[in-house]
Amino acid sequence: MGAAVQKSTLEARLEGLSTTGFAPAARKDALARLVAMGLPGRRDEYWRWTNPADFIAATPVPAQAFDDSDEAPVFEATDRVKLVFVDGVFDADASDDLALAGVEITRLAEAPDLNWASGLYGTLEVAGQTPVARPLAALNTAAATDGLLIRATAKAEKPINLIYIHRSEVSDPILHHVIRLEEGAELTILENGPAGARFNKVMEVDVAKGARFHHVRVQGRDHERRAATAIFARVAEEALFKSFTLTVNGVLTRNECVIDMVGDDAVAHVAGAALGDGASDAFLHDDTVFVTHGAERGESRQVFKKVLKHGAVGTFQGKILVKPGAQKTDGYQISQSLLLDDDSQFLAKPELEIYADDVKCSHGSTTGAIDETALFYLRSRGVPMEEARGLLVLSFLADAIDEIEDEGLRDDIVGRLEAWLNRHRD
Amino acid sequence: MLEIKNLHVKLEEEDKVILKGVNLTVETGKVHAIMGPNGSGKSTLSYVLSGRDGYEVTDGSALLEGEELLEMEPEERAAAGLFLAFQYPVEIPGVGNMTFLRTALNAQRKARGQDELSAGEFLKVVREKAKTLKIDADMLKRPVNVGFSGGEKKRNEILQMAMLEPKMCILDETDSGLDVDAMRLVADGVNALRDAGRSFLVITHYQRLLDHIKPDVVHIMADGRIIQTGGPELALEVEQNGYADILKAHGLTEAV
Repeated sequence: MGAAVQKSTLEARLEGLSTTGFAPAARKDALARLVAMGLPGRRDEYWRWTNPADFIAATPVPAQAFDDSDEAPVFEATDRVKLVFVDGVFDADASDDLALAGVEITRLAEAPDLNWASGLYGTLEVAGQTPVARPLAALNTAAATDGLLIRATAKAEKPINLIYIHRSEVSDPILHHVIRLEEGAELTILENGPAGARFNKVMEVDVAKGARFHHVRVQGRDHERRAATAIFARVAEEALFKSFTLTVNGVLTRNECVIDMVGDDAVAHVAGAALGDGASDAFLHDDTVFVTHGAERGESRQVFKKVLKHGAVGTFQGKILVKPGAQKTDGYQISQSLLLDDDSQFLAKPELEIYADDVKCSHGSTTGAIDETALFYLRSRGVPMEEARGLLVLSFLADAIDEIEDEGLRDDIVGRLEAWLNRHRD
Repeated sequence: MLEIKNLHVKLEEEDKVILKGVNLTVETGKVHAIMGPNGSGKSTLSYVLSGRDGYEVTDGSALLEGEELLEMEPEERAAAGLFLAFQYPVEIPGVGNMTFLRTALNAQRKARGQDELSAGEFLKVVREKAKTLKIDADMLKRPVNVGFSGGEKKRNEILQMAMLEPKMCILDETDSGLDVDAMRLVADGVNALRDAGRSFLVITHYQRLLDHIKPDVVHIMADGRIIQTGGPELALEVEQNGYADILKAHGLTEAV
């Protein structure tokens, strides 16, 4: 072998990233954990179906910003506080004031001591590393450059919209948000935008007793998106956590969601609707979910639907873990795909692990095509083929979309789905 | 209105011939009934006319006001004025009944070169028509046929018919699964649509629906053909004596 010492993949990935700044102890710890667990590889059980190569490469695959100006921006009809990041850098000029009644919002990069979040940054991420290692999240905690600390102490006046704009072809943002809802508080977070050529994002959400957290996210229509995101949530007694994600297009998207239900009577719903058309670019969408019931009478729902065509690939890895003593748990999980042709593929791994004896848990996974009888029924009423197929796709996605409580937001999402279907007619 | 000539149909996937030369003419403004034993090809006829996949027409034609139906897509047949009330209306979760009705109506209007109805106009018409069929606001909002009782599904079919105002309506065993009250409600809905410019083809096993929807002409279908045609009295005869005598007279035996 030659004299040159080859850098390890991890060293190459970390090159140029700063692991100092705010939360030095948490970052140092995260870096040590990352070194110990290593970057993900194809041999890892939870990366079997999704090749992590583009996430662990030293530099991102260059990606051009996508021009979606032919469509009204998502959430535009909703009165909200807009907070804008451009290629991962907070843009104060483009953002609204950080002032919102009932909520404290601080930029991570401007809070070296992290204020109220000092004991929280990285904490939920660490908890979420057991039993499944999540190296990209540890990398995020170690090397995030910015993010927001959001603390709701009451019912927020309006939703907060995090908008991630992508301009640079080589941007590689790592953002980390810490969100805490104090007892009885209520907050809605909206997210949209590609953020960069490659995006690594972690959101830690701590929902205290009786608080209600809603999250609606839209990913797309950028074809070249490579995004690895993770939500780590802790849901206390009588608290509610609800998250919905719409994903359209995107070369590679991995959305992880790790929810720990620590208090009695907690409710956690996580849902996703993904639409992929592999005709213009590759499409791979991966939902990896882990819900832990650690207390009594918890209710959890996972509802994931994927519509795939022209070689698009969808994967779902979802688990419900019911710990000893988590009696009267009601856990539900469904993952379904609608394959619009013979070239697409859906891979699903539903898992249940139950250590309490008085629980109700169910899971299901299906892969199917458009129902020909329903299609004929619609056409016999005069609805043209493509429009009828569109209606049946919406019908298929309905259960996931219904997880969005707010009617205005739901209509917004449906409108975008319809627009996507119109653009992707065969 | 509808002119079926020598229609021969087999299943696409197997060598099974179902229709063996159907000849049938339904005049404008008339109500024709087709009765017949199980397996005689009645439902196949309705599916072939409306364009369902899975059948192969090997001979013959079906003209709607002089236009060949068999060459059109299902949605084109609908736009041309054909309507099939399904024996088993399909449930479509996640699509509101109203959305479905409006999409269908506007698609047909568009295909005919008419302006689409505005949301307000549509709402006014649908509410009015729903009321006469005792379809409440809740049923209109719910997903298409999901959780509907048998009677509600059939009433919903008639509501679609009332909204779409077709020229040629085919009712495929609309009475199946209905109790007497539900059947009367459905029949009243159909009768309200009887009109000098609209024709009906009522497919049924039993005479009882024809007590409520009085036909002008009754056909008996067996073994893939119309074997006898007569007035309303033919239905009564079947009701009293069954199909055995008629089948026997045509050299056929009753399918078991």
